[in-house]
Amino acid sequence: MENLIALLVAAPLLGAAVLLCGGRRLDRGGHWIGTLLAVVSFAVGVLLFTDMLGKDPEHRAMHQALFSWIPVEGFQADVAFQLDQLSMTFVLLITGVGSLIHVYSIGYMEHDERRRRFFGYLNLFLAAMLLLVIADNYLLLYVGWEGVGLASYLLIGFWQHKPSAATAAKKAFLVNRVGDMGLSIAIMLMFTTFGTFAFGPVLESTSETSEGMLTAIGLMLLLAACGKSAQVPLQSWLGDAMEGPTPVSALIHAATMVTAGVYLITRSGAIFNGAPDAQLAVVIVGAVTLLFGAIVGCAKDDIKKALAGSTMSQIGYMILAAGLGPIGYAFAIMHLVTHGFFKAGLFLGAGSVMHGMNDEVDMRKYGGLRKYMPVTFVTFGLGYLAIIGFPGLSGFWSKDKIIEAAFAYDDGIRGWIFGGVALLGAGITAFYMTRVMIMTFFGEKRWQPDAEGNEPHPHESPRSMTIPMIVLAFGSVFAGGLFSLNESFVKWLEPVTQFEHPHPVISVPAITASTVVVLLLGAALAYVMYGRKEVPVTAPRGSLLTRAARRDLLQDDFNHVVLVRGGEHLTRSLVYVDHTMVDGAVNGTAAGFGGLSGRLRKVQNGFARSYAVSMFGGTAILIAATLLMRAV
Amino acid sequence: MSFPLLTATAAVPAIGAIVTAAVPAARRSAAKWLALLFSLATLVLAVVVGVRFDPGGDRYQLTESHAWIADFGVRYELGVDGIGVALIGLTALLIPFVILAGWHDADPEETGSKRWRPTQGFFALILMVEAMVVLSFEATDVFLFYILFEAMLIPMYFLIGGFGDRAHAGSDEKAAAQRSYAAVKFLLYNLVGGLIMLAAVIGLYVVAGNFSLQEIAAARASGELNMATNTERLLFLGFFFAFAVKAPLWPLHTWLPNAMGEATAPVAVLITAVVDKVGTFAMLRFCLGLFPEASKWATPAILVLALISIVYGALLAVGQRDIKRLIAYASISHFGFIIMGIFAMTSQGQSGATLYMVNHGISTAALMLVAGFLISRRGSRLIADFGGVQKVAPVLAGTFLVGSLATLSLPGLAPFVSEFLVLVGTFARYPVIGIIATFGIVLAALYTLVLYQRTMTGPVKLEVAKMPDLRVRELVVVAPLIALLIFLGVYPKPVTDLVNPAVGHTLSDVQKKDPKPEVEAAK
Amino acid sequence: MSPVNYLYLAALLFAIGATGVLIRRNAIVVFMCIELMLNACNLTLVTFSRMHGNLDGQIIAFFTMVVAAAEVVVGLAIIVSLFRSRHSASVDDASLMKL
Repeated sequence: MENLIALLVAAPLLGAAVLLCGGRRLDRGGHWIGTLLAVVSFAVGVLLFTDMLGKDPEHRAMHQALFSWIPVEGFQADVAFQLDQLSMTFVLLITGVGSLIHVYSIGYMEHDERRRRFFGYLNLFLAAMLLLVIADNYLLLYVGWEGVGLASYLLIGFWQHKPSAATAAKKAFLVNRVGDMGLSIAIMLMFTTFGTFAFGPVLESTSETSEGMLTAIGLMLLLAACGKSAQVPLQSWLGDAMEGPTPVSALIHAATMVTAGVYLITRSGAIFNGAPDAQLAVVIVGAVTLLFGAIVGCAKDDIKKALAGSTMSQIGYMILAAGLGPIGYAFAIMHLVTHGFFKAGLFLGAGSVMHGMNDEVDMRKYGGLRKYMPVTFVTFGLGYLAIIGFPGLSGFWSKDKIIEAAFAYDDGIRGWIFGGVALLGAGITAFYMTRVMIMTFFGEKRWQPDAEGNEPHPHESPRSMTIPMIVLAFGSVFAGGLFSLNESFVKWLEPVTQFEHPHPVISVPAITASTVVVLLLGAALAYVMYGRKEVPVTAPRGSLLTRAARRDLLQDDFNHVVLVRGGEHLTRSLVYVDHTMVDGAVNGTAAGFGGLSGRLRKVQNGFARSYAVSMFGGTAILIAATLLMRAV
Repeated sequence: MSFPLLTATAAVPAIGAIVTAAVPAARRSAAKWLALLFSLATLVLAVVVGVRFDPGGDRYQLTESHAWIADFGVRYELGVDGIGVALIGLTALLIPFVILAGWHDADPEETGSKRWRPTQGFFALILMVEAMVVLSFEATDVFLFYILFEAMLIPMYFLIGGFGDRAHAGSDEKAAAQRSYAAVKFLLYNLVGGLIMLAAVIGLYVVAGNFSLQEIAAARASGELNMATNTERLLFLGFFFAFAVKAPLWPLHTWLPNAMGEATAPVAVLITAVVDKVGTFAMLRFCLGLFPEASKWATPAILVLALISIVYGALLAVGQRDIKRLIAYASISHFGFIIMGIFAMTSQGQSGATLYMVNHGISTAALMLVAGFLISRRGSRLIADFGGVQKVAPVLAGTFLVGSLATLSLPGLAPFVSEFLVLVGTFARYPVIGIIATFGIVLAALYTLVLYQRTMTGPVKLEVAKMPDLRVRELVVVAPLIALLIFLGVYPKPVTDLVNPAVGHTLSDVQKKDPKPEVEAAK
Repeated sequence: MSPVNYLYLAALLFAIGATGVLIRRNAIVVFMCIELMLNACNLTLVTFSRMHGNLDGQIIAFFTMVVAAAEVVVGLAIIVSLFRSRHSASVDDASLMKL
């Protein structure tokens, strides 16, 4: 059974290689190859899962060593895989949602002449993401980590002829690189501390090093997680990443890749458990981001960007939970999985809406679409109920647990602060999602013919697109309840992540009740603001906060002024320095010699007599010198 | 006496150069094919060297030794260690691609050259460079090495000055002036370096009484030969200066962007991927081997210079408007990594540095040659003159992207392995320097992606709208290089196995041991 | 008479010749002055030969005379052709060898 693990990665990798190198011959059938191989990977995942279920919980982890990758004196990096419960969860999520989105893309990308390449990139992404979660050491994880970054780069910039898409892709890669720097420094620290970076030896011997070292490693891992998971302060790329095709936003920038940071922190739990300061930093980052993302989500009129803000915020919840230690890891992952379902569903729904609306993304130009797209409306609505945490649906089970755990962070003030933030976030979530829902599906139609007179004719999407949405809607409704039944999900993960029951500062029923109250308040407020009166087609000026939130809370402006402008000045002045000073010093020397030889040249005046003088003079000096030497 | 394999490996391209040069003026294509044939024969011999070499065996193998200038103790002494084998392999591998990529670069009807027999000369000079570079990787006699180190400047000078890039801004006269400026600059920088090295070589002879690397190193190790501290440091500096010019290390780097910018793309590859490697190789073999104490003494200063090279090269690459100059500055940054790895004096650092030399050779060759194809199609080297190429020539853009990704050390491609080893190796001994060097990976992403974005994406510019995609000959050049980048990124073991024992010897030369990990040390 | 006096005479002749080479402009005169310097050298050679009691100096003096004769042949030929082309035998007119 172990030997099948490599197949998880190999199948989509083969697909990527075939589709990208195959050339135009595969244009007609390429998408089927890509989808088939994604499904193969999913089937292998299910097979391994059933095998794993049959085993004793403590001995479920499987291992497969392929070959020695970088053997250098004192440095061993192997290509080896480890599939335990945590990895298994991710494998099923990635291949499951991934396969659905492959199917969806068949319809969505039907009219794109580069569809074959799109599927090649999607397969490449699957391979890299799977490698990330089944690697058995940090360096191999790093390969997957950058691999998904590459796939994300290629897919965000898929419509390369649009300068905005190309810029967004570059930005995503660059911001991620800053995070990657953190990961590579963390690996270097592990190497100098433990002499290895394989999960087993590192995580087992964390007690043998100092807390300071663990904190350093933890903070570097957090930096990495911030980059990949779009957490403050490295969140700026995610909104722009919506330039990519919508299936990409659903798969990569909602369900799977952006959650890699959560995986990294949960996987490195042993390190964080030994470093409370690093944990505090994780919790703060999570809390700040969950508010940040939620506020940004409230102000965006672009449906995908509103959802991107929401993604950022929900991942903030996960990071927050992961920072809480053993009371939170399992819930972080649980929210990750349920979020994978409902957010992928929401994005696919948004894609379906755009598909019917001539790729219009401005929600102010939608309105009343529930009549035209019933299936999209229902599935999107279920996803909506799930994400706001409507009691009984998936989001409720997972988010409520995170809020509970946040209240249990600490007996004193910290528990109140972070619990309060998490609760507030739930309210804002309800507000912005209700806003999206109302602006898109309710009210009167607000679309108009565009400049060329083409009026959109909203219509339901083809079946290849609706079926994945329906499947995901099922997940959004039932997954949370299923996982919470008998605490099955927590028990499933316990051998890997450990688990302690949280003891919140206020009672659990009180938390649940206040969560429900807060979300109803948020939804009601949104109804009052957007449901009761007509939504203007052009955005009103709005308050200072709204305007700031539309500009991603000025993060990009800050980056532009400080990093971009500053960087431009720096490079320009360095080019000048290189030319005038470094090169100039050498050229100056050369010019000096040139001038000297110009002077000396004048001595050669061509008069035989002057040459004779210099000969006589020279001889005289030579004789004098000889005589002097004799005398001495 | 056994077959002199090492001599043969260098002699084949040398004979090839003579034969190619002798081809009658009218039979230009015969000269091309002959040159390709000889370079492939060299590759075969290099592979034989690799097979015959036993990584676990003696330090120097396949040795040859003959008296040459008996009065001065100069001998014709050859021998290779793992590092040498790897670099000979790299050189022999790249030359056929260089020749193929430059297939039309010296055709008189295409370039309008009125030179005497330009095609024959071009290919003969390339083979001549190959012969000298290969022999310099094999020489274990300091004087023999010195002569080759200097002599390879002559063919390089003619290649840079005589066969310029056709894509240039401005008039032909201006381009010719820039070209000759670049060639003279290249020659002068390297001559000054060589001159100082000559003084050090003579000094070494005065102190040691012979030129044999092995004898001197053995005498030093056994204590028979003692050098005064200052003497050793001065001699070290003399050697190092020459290698640092060639490598090139900041602030001796300014000749490289000129030379790479003005030369044709294949010649630029020859400069940075092949000839410059002699500099870093010689640091490992001669600086560390002959002057271990002085090397340790100079390490902090050299590491700082290497660090400056890394960051400075990358920043300047961001600011370039010329594609080839951008790649040149990127190379300066990469040479910083190589030198840093060598002087970190850890197994990971030095193995990484050696691997880096090989990987950088392949990745720069891939990127530069594709850039050359791109430039020759548009007739301009300026980044701003391109845009949207991806749409018209997807294969060209794809290969360019892979080359760019290799340059930014994406995991899965070969340069990542070596860059990470260098970083880890440096970090283990000098954490602060290691961390600052890590910034290089962000900057590398910046300049490569900006280059890719500006040339390949966006709306299609009018001038590139009819650009043809890669031709078969060009694909034959690029595809194997890319395949090799992927292969060595996934499975670098063949090279590391070759290099590891040699690095162990080098480290024992300087009597350095790897730092122990904290947890293990506590046990 | 002490042989040293011959050396004084030779030095005097050499000085006259050198001065002539430096200050005169007529190529023929310069040429004659060079001959004068050569003969001064011959005189020292012969003198030293006498002082040391062997014939080495005298033999070298013969060599010098032969070389000087050859030089006269070549030199005069150059001067004549110069005169033909420039109608002047002034050495200052022939200053084309400068850079």
